[in-house]
Amino acid sequence: MSATATTPGVGRVGDSVPRLDGPPKVKGEFAYASDLQAAGMLWGHTLRSPHPHARIVEIDVSAALTMSGVHAVLTHDDVPGQKTYGLEFADQPVLAHDRVRYFGEAVALVAAEHPEQARRAAEAIRVVYEELPVVSDMERATEMEPLHPERPTMGHGYRDDPRPNVVRHMVIRHGDPDAQGDVSVTGVYEVGIQDQAFLGPESGLAVPDGEGGVDIYVATQWLHVDRDQVAPCLGLDPEQVRIHLAGVGGAFGGREDLSMQIHGALLALHTSRPVKIVYNREESFVGHIHRHPARMWCEHRATRDGRLVNVRMRILLDGGAYASSSTAVASNAASFAVGPYRVDNALIEATAVYTNNPPCGAMRGFGAVQTCFAAEAQMDLLAAELGIDPVDLRLLNALAPGDVLPTGQVVEGSCPVAETIRAAAAIPVPPAEELPRDPIRLPGGAGNTTRGEGVRRGVGFAVGFKNICYSEGFDDSCAARVVLRADGSAEVHCAAAEVGQGVTGVILQVARTELGTDAVTLMPHTTSTVGSAGSASASRMTWMAAGAVRDACRAALEQRERSGGGEVDVERVHRHPRTTPLDPESGQVTGERAHVAFACAAMRVVAEVDVELGLTRVVWVGTAQDVGRAINPIALEGQIEGGTAQGIGLALMEEIQTRDGRITNASFTDYLIPTALDMPPVESVLVEVPEPAAPYGAKGVGEPPTVVSTAAVAAALRAATGKPLRRVPVRPDEIVGLALS
Amino acid sequence: MKIALTVNGECRETEAWGGESLLYVLRERLGLLGSKNACEQGECGSCSVLLDGVLVCACLVLGAQADGHVVTTVEGLADGDRLHRVQEAYVQAGAVQCGFCTPGLVVATVDLLESNPSPSDDEIREALSGNLCRCTGYAKIFDAVHRAAMS
Ligand code: FES
Ligand code: FES
Repeated sequence: MSATATTPGVGRVGDSVPRLDGPPKVKGEFAYASDLQAAGMLWGHTLRSPHPHARIVEIDVSAALTMSGVHAVLTHDDVPGQKTYGLEFADQPVLAHDRVRYFGEAVALVAAEHPEQARRAAEAIRVVYEELPVVSDMERATEMEPLHPERPTMGHGYRDDPRPNVVRHMVIRHGDPDAQGDVSVTGVYEVGIQDQAFLGPESGLAVPDGEGGVDIYVATQWLHVDRDQVAPCLGLDPEQVRIHLAGVGGAFGGREDLSMQIHGALLALHTSRPVKIVYNREESFVGHIHRHPARMWCEHRATRDGRLVNVRMRILLDGGAYASSSTAVASNAASFAVGPYRVDNALIEATAVYTNNPPCGAMRGFGAVQTCFAAEAQMDLLAAELGIDPVDLRLLNALAPGDVLPTGQVVEGSCPVAETIRAAAAIPVPPAEELPRDPIRLPGGAGNTTRGEGVRRGVGFAVGFKNICYSEGFDDSCAARVVLRADGSAEVHCAAAEVGQGVTGVILQVARTELGTDAVTLMPHTTSTVGSAGSASASRMTWMAAGAVRDACRAALEQRERSGGGEVDVERVHRHPRTTPLDPESGQVTGERAHVAFACAAMRVVAEVDVELGLTRVVWVGTAQDVGRAINPIALEGQIEGGTAQGIGLALMEEIQTRDGRITNASFTDYLIPTALDMPPVESVLVEVPEPAAPYGAKGVGEPPTVVSTAAVAAALRAATGKPLRRVPVRPDEIVGLALS
Repeated sequence: MKIALTVNGECRETEAWGGESLLYVLRERLGLLGSKNACEQGECGSCSVLLDGVLVCACLVLGAQADGHVVTTVEGLADGDRLHRVQEAYVQAGAVQCGFCTPGLVVATVDLLESNPSPSDDEIREALSGNLCRCTGYAKIFDAVHRAAMS
């Protein structure tokens, strides 16, 4: 099975350190969740709904049960405990009962000896559906029949919205929402459904312990919260369910929600055999949540000399069939709608709705990606209207410590927005490439579609801004345990999920720095030896894990000092400064802060567009990122480059296509992510202004590049084409002017 | 059915069902889990192996088709604990994040450098464009290829 300890190495806080899991990964020895094997293992398979909305009339599993190699066929009747689960509201059935609400919803499970037998048996399950009207338009959702008639009451201090299918309605009222300026610009913007498209498919292995409990080895972002959702559905105590991190092939928010955890455990407990489930690519696309598609209505008002007076924005987010983290995404979209700018007056409204579209939840940038795209387009419109350079306009309005956010929160700590903008603007833009040139260096590339006649170059600039750590009163913590042995070596336990971002490196760097030794071993990530680390998301894991490990190391040293030697074993829980919820009526802070800290990134993008064919090529990216302090610079650059690639993907090509709620492009053939040919060189500058509240001053770095890059690419395409391009991904027909944009 | 193939210099025999891909045979029948299963549709390159010295997606080849042939997988590149220079370059350049794409990229890079020992940026881009990586943005992968070419 997976759970391997990471062995000692070198590198302290601030050093560029190659990954310790690099050698096993390049050798093909690293065990990902889909690589797990166990003696007597069966293969699980999930039968999924072919309808986005239907009543289940009947499920007949008899034919499947008698097929060769089949050991179990389970439906909702076989869920022993709570029938539903969810991150914020338990609104998602483990297996659909009376109805299905999205295309691909899990309906039944099979365990068989060969994966092909399991697949065929699932096909042999007869389900009679009665199709229901599909709610696929997010604007009409609030007038349609409720998809969750018994919607859990909001509580949580949310503003209750009486309209059907509203997951959360969030309003921020700041200053005088009617304040006028000398000029105003308006626009309606749209973002399509992006997918995390991590390469490692959802996979895991569930192993019954013979005493009614189960061990689940799975690729996840938050082990403890998985356990807390899984155990009640299995009707077990939390201690009877142990979650172990198996090798994770990328996550980007897509593994915050459960995938195979409960399903695998049900099959394992039912058959008393280990059961492995590996999604194929199509199942991965329909089986996990996506980034919320959004429609945003914006109005920005400013003085003649370019000061923002009033920002008004209405944001509609399609959460799909189940809530997942829609409530927090809506709040984040609203909180960061203005971007890192000072404005005395604002009226921002964000609404997340239920539909029969694919469920949406967490993805890198979490609500801020969508609003950054709209707000930055608005800033460019304003710059054009006022005849001010877009970079100067941003500098003029740049947020700084001491300023007040639209939520009423005063910005404290590190917030080097102007410094970051200046650093990005100072990176020299490469000169235009001459024609003729190798077709691979033209839009359309190897397609050899042009010699460059219709190619225009454009340069765009954008700034992005996001919170670090969890917000709005969530009691966010991370535990770490340090065992100091008599020989001076140390063991570190922390359940922080390593999803590829490099948190294991951070943990080791911190432990080596604090303990002053290289003999540090990071033990397997599991729920059984240490408390919760919280999730690897919200750009929080570096801050939280570094804090917890630092605290535990210091406590261990102290304890050893007191005891005068011998082995010590201490666990410490780290918490960031306390936050409080926003007022449900006004969206204003009720305490000192709703968000812990902020990070921004500024980016200049050069793009070329073939205006005759609508094809694009991103030529170059220059970016500066506010990182607090760099713990591992080489890993940090990797985050910036990778995060930028995802933003470029959303700007140019990545979109889950649906027809009446059905996904029509669930494959890497049809859902396109950037390849080596699509990625430009990325020049990055790290802006280091230590965050006083954070361990070592370090801010999380995963999300800002993704937040800013979609907006920056869109700006470059607008500059190249002169078209408004108010929707991403930008489509060729919009570039050539065949579509209304 | 029985199939026999030479994998990483070793003759291996196994039972397989006729519908199984070479990728499945390598992973599940022979326990060579290094080649990855990211799409199993020939789109991502994560399962890249050399079949009689030719770069192929193991998910698109039937196990039965490999009967009697020679396969090199990522596991066949390192010399015990000594990494292949391409593997070493990937580690040093920071070209590995989650690493799910890495085995396929390493095999594709070995294949590229075999035919073109000092590729230009554009040649690298083109040669590796069949290998998807979701984490790195490719920049560090290009660094790694250059490093390996120079070592
Ligand atoms: S797994 Fe073979 S190409 Fe993707
Ligand atoms: S490193 Fe994660 S897919 Fe390439």
